[in-house]
Amino acid sequence: MKNIKFFLLSLLVILLSPIKSYSLIEVDITRGNLNPLPVAVSPLSIDEKSKISFENLLKKKNIGEEISSIVENNLKTSGLFNPLNKDAFLQAPDIANLKPRFEDWNLIKAQALITGKVTKVEDKLRVEFRLWDVLAGKEMMALAFTTVPTNWRRVGHIISDKVYERLTGEKGYFDTRIIYVAEEGPKTKRIKKLAIMDQDGANNKFLTLGNELVLTPRFNPNSQMVTYLSYFRNLPRVYLLDIETGMQEVVGDFPGMTFAPRFSPDGKKIIMSFAKDGNSDIYTMDLENRIVEKITNHPSIDTSPSYSPNGKFICFNSDRSGYQQIYVMNSDGSNVKRISFGNGIYGTPVWSPRGDLIAFTKLHKGKFYIGVMRTDGSGERLLTENFYQEAPSWSPNGRVLIFYRETKTDDKGEGFSAKLWSIDLTGYNERMVKTPKDGSDPSWSSLLSN
Amino acid sequence: MKLNKILKNLLLVVVACFALSACATKKVSTGQMQGDVYTGTDTVEYLASGVPDRVFFATNESVLTTASRETLRKQAGWLRKNSNVTIVLEGHADERGTREYNLALGERRANAAKDYLMTYGISSDRISVLSYGKERPVDSGSNPLAWSKNRRSVTVKAN
Repeated sequence: MKNIKFFLLSLLVILLSPIKSYSLIEVDITRGNLNPLPVAVSPLSIDEKSKISFENLLKKKNIGEEISSIVENNLKTSGLFNPLNKDAFLQAPDIANLKPRFEDWNLIKAQALITGKVTKVEDKLRVEFRLWDVLAGKEMMALAFTTVPTNWRRVGHIISDKVYERLTGEKGYFDTRIIYVAEEGPKTKRIKKLAIMDQDGANNKFLTLGNELVLTPRFNPNSQMVTYLSYFRNLPRVYLLDIETGMQEVVGDFPGMTFAPRFSPDGKKIIMSFAKDGNSDIYTMDLENRIVEKITNHPSIDTSPSYSPNGKFICFNSDRSGYQQIYVMNSDGSNVKRISFGNGIYGTPVWSPRGDLIAFTKLHKGKFYIGVMRTDGSGERLLTENFYQEAPSWSPNGRVLIFYRETKTDDKGEGFSAKLWSIDLTGYNERMVKTPKDGSDPSWSSLLSN
Repeated sequence: MKLNKILKNLLLVVVACFALSACATKKVSTGQMQGDVYTGTDTVEYLASGVPDRVFFATNESVLTTASRETLRKQAGWLRKNSNVTIVLEGHADERGTREYNLALGERRANAAKDYLMTYGISSDRISVLSYGKERPVDSGSNPLAWSKNRRSVTVKAN
């Protein structure tokens, strides 16, 4: 949190009305949502003077409309909401924000209404918004933010998170970013670069040049640090990258390949595999005192470690039974227990930030699945099946998984592509996440604003 | 030149079809594979005359086959004759496995080759190991024959 470059400069959250009225609208996010909640996202109103001023500054014709379309898109992609067509809106945005005519909004079957106003205050962008319960005819929430104008997309994401939280009772995941590997070129000579983008695909930026192979970037849950594998100088090693300063450093001094890195939940340790003499074991390194600890000690392959959110347990992938399976152990390496017992082989276990589930990749009869199971291995549910897909990463609220999928090539070995996809826990609402080039190995950040 | 390439591709397709149909009927041997270990020479390069540069593995395996051991003995003979040569053993996996596991598997395969070379008197000082997991396939096909070519350990001259 020390560097504020990526955070809202002077984010002021002012509660306009601290009324916690009993809500009639509720969105159930625990089951497949076949009836997403109809919501009207009225364009944020803007006065002519502010509009022109922001147009000059941000090259956006109507910043109020732009911000509301971010909200609309976020709510729609969640699969829980159905933003209604604006053409049907009867009330003008500025009037609606003052006092909605609920009969009008009820007429188009909106159950929730979002209104708001954008103004320029000195050099800052000020956005206020309100969430209304149309059926009850009540205001559910009102907030205002003041920030630097270039943060306008983040304002849209923060509003989305507030609405999501108010209506579902759980934190949102819209004000977040994805780090991933951007890919291009023929399958036999792929060029891979680290890339980062907003959760909705905006603001894509490449972080490395593609001179060396890079794999499996993962966010620190508490800062803008990333850990990943780089083949710099043909020595595959785990690295740390500060995405604000661009500073990189190799993690530890291992006489061989280190790989499969992740941060501990407090961000103070890296857990990873170290391969030597044909054997891969799991190690941790404390980033403050540089102390290295060996966590597993077994002649099999032990890899893909992931901590439980309380830091007490580690799930990992091992072939000690003969094939890849998922195991759970205490964080000191004691009490190793196999938890995957279904048909097929299992890889890439990753513990949910809610603590209740482990997501995984499964190969069975030539098909790859993304699934979840409880942390004792019970209740296995497969969410999606494909020719090839792997490496799920959780949204910070533990409701959505992002992963990558590769296509089968044709008879000539052509037609290869790798894309990012997301799916929610119910197994509905599967979506491709657009990236400028191909993409793989996605990792979801924590919420940028808490 | 172009015709040559087309013919080669055609041949590949024919071979691939043959391999696929063979697989479907559970035959263990084709011209190009034994079990699912590649036995062809399409992708093989030579460190010296009669010294192939690579060995192939069965799915998920790092056990050396009889043919692999023969190849490695030839490599060991060549390395003994050229005692100033150092090598990198590059271990690879096919695309049908998760990325991180395949990195470990590639390392395990390259080390299987290294251990065998060492039993034939090649000093570990002359050998380094590098796993590419599934990152550098030689064949971009999505079929059993292509995968068999990609499950390999390649001996590369380092100096």
